[in-house]
Amino acid sequence: MIMEISLWLNNVFIKDNIAPDTLLLDYVRSKGCYSVKRGCETSNCGLCTVILEGKPVLSCSTLAVRANGKHVITMEGLQEEAAEVGGFLADQGSEQCGFCSPGFIMNVISMSKELKDPTLEEVKGYLAGNLCRCTGYQSQLRAVLNYLNAKKEAK
Amino acid sequence: MKMNAVNASIRKKDAMALVTGKPVYTDDIAPKDCLVVKVLRSPYAHAMIKEVKIDAALKVPGIECILTYEDVPKTRFTIAGQTYPELSPYDRLILEQRVRFVGDGVAIIAGKDESSVLKAMKLIKVSYEVLEPVLDFTKAKDHKVVVHPEEDWKVLIPLGPDKNRNIVCHGTEEQGNFEEEYAKCKYVIDETYHTKANQQAMMETFRAYTYMDAYGRLNVVASTQVPFHVRKTLATALETKKSNIRVVKPRIGGGFGAKQTVVAEIYPAIVTWLTGKPAKIIYTREESQIASSPRHEMQIRVRIGADEKGKIQAMGINTLSNAGAFGDHTPTTIGLSGTKTLPIYTSNAKAYKFEYEAVYTNQMAAGAYRGYGATQGLFAVESAINELAAKMNIDPTILREKNIVKEGDFMSAYHGETANSCALDRCLEKAKEMIDWDNKYPCKDLGNGKVRSVGIAVAMQGSCINDVDVASVSIKISDDGFYNMNIGATDMGTGCDTILAQIAADCLDTDVNNIIVSGVDTDISPYDSGSYASSTTYLTGMATIKTCEELREKITAAGADMLGCKPEEAEFDGNSVINLTNHKSISLIDIANNSMCGSNHTLEACVKHTSPVSPPPYMAGAVEVEIDKETGHLDIIDYVAVVDCGTVINPNLARVQTEGGLVQGIGMALYEDVVYGKDGTCYSNSFMQYKIPSRLDVGQIRVAFESSYEPTGPFGAKSIGELVINTPSPALANAVYNATRVNVRTLPITSEKIIMGMLNK
Amino acid sequence: MAVIIHTKGDLTLFTIKNYVVVKDLEEAYVLNQKRSNVVLGGIAWLKMGERNIQNAIDLSGLGLDKIEETEEGFEIGSMVTLRELETNTALNSYFNGVIAKSTEHIVGVQFRNCATVGGSIFSRFGFSDILTCLLALDAYVELYKGGVIPLREFADMPKDNDILVKVIIKKDRREVSYLTHRRTATDIPVIACTVARVNHKWQVVLGARPSKAKLLLDKEQMLSNNPTEEEINKFIEYIKENIQFGSNMRASAEFRKHLAGVLCKRGIKEITERKGL
Repeated sequence: MIMEISLWLNNVFIKDNIAPDTLLLDYVRSKGCYSVKRGCETSNCGLCTVILEGKPVLSCSTLAVRANGKHVITMEGLQEEAAEVGGFLADQGSEQCGFCSPGFIMNVISMSKELKDPTLEEVKGYLAGNLCRCTGYQSQLRAVLNYLNAKKEAK
Repeated sequence: MKMNAVNASIRKKDAMALVTGKPVYTDDIAPKDCLVVKVLRSPYAHAMIKEVKIDAALKVPGIECILTYEDVPKTRFTIAGQTYPELSPYDRLILEQRVRFVGDGVAIIAGKDESSVLKAMKLIKVSYEVLEPVLDFTKAKDHKVVVHPEEDWKVLIPLGPDKNRNIVCHGTEEQGNFEEEYAKCKYVIDETYHTKANQQAMMETFRAYTYMDAYGRLNVVASTQVPFHVRKTLATALETKKSNIRVVKPRIGGGFGAKQTVVAEIYPAIVTWLTGKPAKIIYTREESQIASSPRHEMQIRVRIGADEKGKIQAMGINTLSNAGAFGDHTPTTIGLSGTKTLPIYTSNAKAYKFEYEAVYTNQMAAGAYRGYGATQGLFAVESAINELAAKMNIDPTILREKNIVKEGDFMSAYHGETANSCALDRCLEKAKEMIDWDNKYPCKDLGNGKVRSVGIAVAMQGSCINDVDVASVSIKISDDGFYNMNIGATDMGTGCDTILAQIAADCLDTDVNNIIVSGVDTDISPYDSGSYASSTTYLTGMATIKTCEELREKITAAGADMLGCKPEEAEFDGNSVINLTNHKSISLIDIANNSMCGSNHTLEACVKHTSPVSPPPYMAGAVEVEIDKETGHLDIIDYVAVVDCGTVINPNLARVQTEGGLVQGIGMALYEDVVYGKDGTCYSNSFMQYKIPSRLDVGQIRVAFESSYEPTGPFGAKSIGELVINTPSPALANAVYNATRVNVRTLPITSEKIIMGMLNK
Repeated sequence: MAVIIHTKGDLTLFTIKNYVVVKDLEEAYVLNQKRSNVVLGGIAWLKMGERNIQNAIDLSGLGLDKIEETEEGFEIGSMVTLRELETNTALNSYFNGVIAKSTEHIVGVQFRNCATVGGSIFSRFGFSDILTCLLALDAYVELYKGGVIPLREFADMPKDNDILVKVIIKKDRREVSYLTHRRTATDIPVIACTVARVNHKWQVVLGARPSKAKLLLDKEQMLSNNPTEEEINKFIEYIKENIQFGSNMRASAEFRKHLAGVLCKRGIKEITERKGL
């Protein structure tokens, strides 16, 4: 069976026909959203994070049909914010191999919208589902705190 | 030479592309019409394939080819990415009738998309004659089952192999008479330690795509640390000339040694080679967990003897290593368990002995993982030192202060090198100060069921494989005086493209942004053995300096020619060449542009570097933990690492390397374990069953540098990448002992082992 | 030696032939009577297994994604995500906030935005934090055909083809503690323990034994309202004798048994030592 779906991918309206078992991850990559990575098959790594209806979700654990009628945002649709958060990572050298960076940054952006003035523990808790093997997390944390401070000061 | 770029925390050149999610990795850039390649894998740890029925599978629409052991070349090779002639045995075929571990390749399937390939895979019928496997590496030697009975097994440089006894290599190195000196010692320790296989678990799994180019050559785009070794390995495996193969490295999503083995490239390569069509393989995480190249499991007996003053007089190490089904990196990793541990304590000892033996088993073959045998050895040796201190009833930091290698010491156990740059004593002192050792050692009971304690370890590594590794760099000058820099070393997220550009920028008195670095293409890049053995900054860095020196001479000569003077009368300051006699000058822009119009000046240089020495970087790691005395739960409160990597080229990147290595080391120490079932099935087959640390598991980490100056390194630099994984296991084991008096000698140090140790005391 | 014919590579295939966004529960129920059809929650767990689904049943059009507070309790639709459970202030103002506590270790925020209450409860996984937590509350499930039944009963029922509509939690003044031991912070638990005191009586749920969560009521009132150390120790011995523990990759039965005692005691103490209640 082929399903007809329509959705907004990075604010562009798309009508499409897809197999019902297509994962959102594979779907958005097939649409050129290569920032979305697969790091595991067991919903553990956070590399495939996209924003579905304003919430960060694992696109590897979401069927594309579930996005029917909804808004999906990948990093391709958040280039400005990605560069802003990413700049703080780059200043620490904490992108390293970069493979986990897009999923991580998507979740940082979600966090900064969802949590007002988070504590250090809240920041770590919110980002716990984003694994990284290069950095040991410390430099990512420095970068995120710098980003949150910069946002606060800009207000 | 002024240091402007060197020692500055410059952003990585690729940073913004990576953080904005640009399509720069292998799977992002693979052609859309690639055949999808997958491998059918053995469900048995040891079996002979009797028959493979593929007729039904071939009928699945979109299937291009299905290859079995009957379809592949019969020349054995090694997938270890090492300089030729490799020390690893040639014990593999692309596919073989005998399967040697659960996950070993049985058939290669290529088709137009993933679903047709998976469908076909299900339709392949394989008949196996199931054989008894060898699953316990302590019983593998002289086991009645021989893992490699084949006649055509070979090794180019034999280190005492005896494959009919399942022995990959074995040997003994001794200085003085160890047994005699050990027997004379007042204080002795004799304990055996067991380190487990660990997965590198880089976020990007193994992957490659292949295609034939206009010249009929096989092009391979691979996520690899060793493009030149991939070329060599594929040529051997496919029985073709190396000139028929080109390997290109795009951005890599982490390696940590995993990609120093040619794990996946051969599968799409043979498909393209036989069909002429582009093909790609993307390993699932499961494949990356069960059929890859983890750290060698080792059992290490350590004997240390000290005199009444606490001076170490004799040290013996006996290492047994589990190669798994194939011997990739086995004869080399095992050596480091002695050569990167003994030198820390034996400069003034009377004798030492290093015995080693590695065996085949029917488990996934081990490979290279950051630390490469030194990590295993240092868990054992540093734990034994801590146990010796406990036995002598002295502070383990004081025992080390009495015995560790100091600058100027001759290290007989380290291929006779002298420690020309060594700040290990300062590292130890600083680490003690940072963690407030004197006030916190050994522990403090918090009165709420929890106890806080501290633990210590030191470590060393190398900076290349001396007299083997080769690095070369080529730099040319282009329009308007920008530089194109070509390197054969592979940036895998470590930032070497940037670090080497920083070195070149200072050597050429230019801005780092004026240097364009190209990644590796074996057709174009100058030869480099690859990014491993901690060699990139040290070795390729020196090649960079030498190349820049030669290029400067050429620029000066060209400028002098244009100014009408002799090169000796001219000087290049980075912007212009100046005639020192009349102070007339000509800009680099003019020299560069002139070289492209009616000129005989080749403004290009390429210089190679190898090193007769491999100067060790050193470090001290100290940890403070909090242990729940009832559940055994361990929280890391603070980890301090003080590193001597010589001159720090990029402080940010060196710091991140250290923090990242420590957390991998913490994972090894506390959580990570490749577990097999009784039938040889790997249970640690996902990130759900193989837990690497999350950001909630690692506590605070603080890093400091105690610089030394290494005379043979670029700007005085040594390596850092591998060293930093070595201290967590022994330091944490020490902290656990200091809190509970329980010595955990088998990794990982779980709360269960802590509690059961306490209950059984 | 025996020759074994193997027809399957050890790969997992997750396929869906048809996808049905049902219009009502009846349609869902009728479809779900076939074994090859499956109701989808989030699909995080489902897709890890070998599964060839004929009809995937999607309940997302039925408004089951709400948490409703009534006089007597909370009605939680089966499509409510674990993250919504975790962040719902009204729900977590009850029961000492244990519901949030029982979700916050589950993988990560993105995972909890995908996984649903229905999926977690219906699956009755041994390692389930949520099940271990809710079993200690006065909780019910509403099944389309089976009606409202206590969660305790549902937990021990074999999996059938009914549709889980909602989870109902009755408000009462029970005091609850939720504690787990994990190998890493976001791993599934080695052992999970919920302790509750209701009207001076105690009950304990032990999950991740590693098999399914088990409720144990202090029927014989071994524990007084503010139990002594001796009472607690006797009760723990009773638990260790009456609940089975098993071994797996994460821990041995022996260690689990030990931890169960420690966490149970801590849960009791946490409740009795709470201030302001």
